Amino acid sequence: MRHLPNSRETEAAPAAEPVQLPLDRPAGCPFDPPGELARLREQDPLRPMRYPDGHIGWLATGHSAVRALAADPRFSSRYELMHYPFPGAGVSELPPAPVGDLTGIDPPEHTRYRRLLAGRFTVRRMRELTARVEEITTDHLDAMERHGGPVDLVRAYAHPVPALMICELLGVPDADRAAFQALAAAVSGLEVTEEEQFAACTALQDTMRELVAAKRARPTDDLLGDLTTSDLSDAELAGIGGFLLAAGLDTTANMIGLGTFALLSHPAQADALRADPALADTAVEELLRYLSIAHTGVRAALEDVEPEGRLIKAGDSVTVSVQAANRDPAKFADPDTLDLRRKATGHLAFGHGIHQCLGQQLARVELRVALPALFTRFPSLRLAVPPQDVPLRTGMNIHGVHRLPVAWDGQ
Amino acid sequence: MRIGIDRERCQGAGMCVLSAPEVFDQDPGDGRVVLLTAGVPAGQRPAARLAADVCPAGALTLLDDSDAGDMDRAGAAAREHEQAGAPTGDGSAPA
Ligand code: SF4
Repeated sequence: MRHLPNSRETEAAPAAEPVQLPLDRPAGCPFDPPGELARLREQDPLRPMRYPDGHIGWLATGHSAVRALAADPRFSSRYELMHYPFPGAGVSELPPAPVGDLTGIDPPEHTRYRRLLAGRFTVRRMRELTARVEEITTDHLDAMERHGGPVDLVRAYAHPVPALMICELLGVPDADRAAFQALAAAVSGLEVTEEEQFAACTALQDTMRELVAAKRARPTDDLLGDLTTSDLSDAELAGIGGFLLAAGLDTTANMIGLGTFALLSHPAQADALRADPALADTAVEELLRYLSIAHTGVRAALEDVEPEGRLIKAGDSVTVSVQAANRDPAKFADPDTLDLRRKATGHLAFGHGIHQCLGQQLARVELRVALPALFTRFPSLRLAVPPQDVPLRTGMNIHGVHRLPVAWDGQ
Repeated sequence: MRIGIDRERCQGAGMCVLSAPEVFDQDPGDGRVVLLTAGVPAGQRPAARLAADVCPAGALTLLDDSDAGDMDRAGAAAREHEQAGAPTGDGSAPA
C-alpha cells in the first residue's frame, strides 16, 4: 500500500481541535514516548495539529497512517516546504537541505544520490564488516577493562565504535579521525551553544572539503575515493561525506547508549541476551522499535490528499510520530513492553518510503555485535549513578543519553 | 508464486534481502534488488511475502500468490498464512 487509504468504516470524524505536538516524556521513564501521544493515537491516528508558527497541519500517530504517509509520493521531504513541529526560537521557515543531505530532498535529485550510494550499504557488504566491528568492539571493551569502572559508556564505547566504522567506510585517514569525531560530536553535543554548533558544522564542512580534494588527487579504495570517479562535484562529495558521517554517528551511538540503559533497566532482558547471543537479531529490532530514537519526521503535502475522509491540503505539513507508530497496539501486542524475543519486524524506526535509512544495514551489524559483546564481557554491568541522574537528550531530534556512567564487579 | 520487482522504485534499502535472503540479493553497484530465483520455492513464500510487505518503496509485487500444483515442502506451518486460489494467469506459472 503506497497511498493513504481513502476509506475506512468510520462515521465522518468530527473536526478535531488542533493539538500541539506532545513533547514531555513521562517522568521517570526515559524510554517511553510522551504519554499524550498514546491518547491522541487512540482518539484519532491522523488529526489536526497546531504548529509553533501558527500553521494548522496534521499529526500522524497510528502505525498504518505513519507508514502510508511516509511512502506516499504526494508528500514532499523538502525542508523548505515544511513547518517546523518543535517549538524553538521563532523558527517558521526552514532553509533547503544543504548539498548532500539526502533527507531533505525529493526525487529525482534524491534518486540520483541514492543510486550512487545504496550499493555501498547493501546487506551483503555490511555483513562482510562484521569481523571488523568485532575487532573494534573488542579493542574498546579491552580498554574499558584496563581502565576499570566507572566509565562513561558513551565516550568509551557507544560513540567511538560507530565513529570508527563510518570513518573507515568513508575513508577518513587515521590521523584525521579524532578531529572528525570531535567535530561531529560537537555538532550534536550537550551544552553546546548555537554559535558553537554552527562553528563546528562549518569546520566539519571545511575538513570534509579538504578530504575530498585529497581523494581527488590520490583516490583511495573507500567510499569517498570511489565516488570521485562518479559525476558528483566536489561540493556534492563533501556534502555527502558530512551527511554520512553525521548520520552514521549520532544514530548508532545513541542506540548503543540508550539501548544499554534500557537493558540495564530491564535486567531479565539483559540476562536473556547474555544467555542466548542468537537473540541478537530480534533483540536489535525490538530495541529499535521500543526506543525509536529518530522519533519524529515531517512531510509536506504537494497536492490535496483525502485520506479517510479528511482533507490534507496542498502545503499542509504532516508530522509523523515514529515513536507513537512503533507503540501502536494495533500493530504490536503489548507495545510498551520491551521483549527481545518478539518479532518487531515492520517497525518504522528507520523510517519508511524512499528515505528509509540508507545506513540501516550498517547500524544493524554494529548493534548486533556491540550490545551482546558488552553484556557478555561485563556480566555485572550496572549504572554507576541513580537512573534519574543519567542526562537525557531531551528535545533533540535523536533521542538518547549524553552520558551513561557504568561500573562492574571485579575491577 | 512469482515476484515482480520494480527497479525504478527500489531504493536499495535491503529489507528484502534481510527478510528473504534466498529469494533476493542487491546489485553491488547501485544496491538495487536482484531476484535470485524466478519462481519462489514453497518454503520461501512466507519470507517473500514478508519482504513485499516491509519493502519501504513498494518495489515488490506478489504476482501469483497461489500454491496450486506446488509441493509445499515447508508443510502446514508455512502454508498457514497463504491464500488458496487459482493461478492468476498473468504468465506467472511457477518455474
Ligand atoms: S526492500 Fe524494496 S527498496 Fe529495499 S532493496 Fe528490496 S526491493 Fe529495493
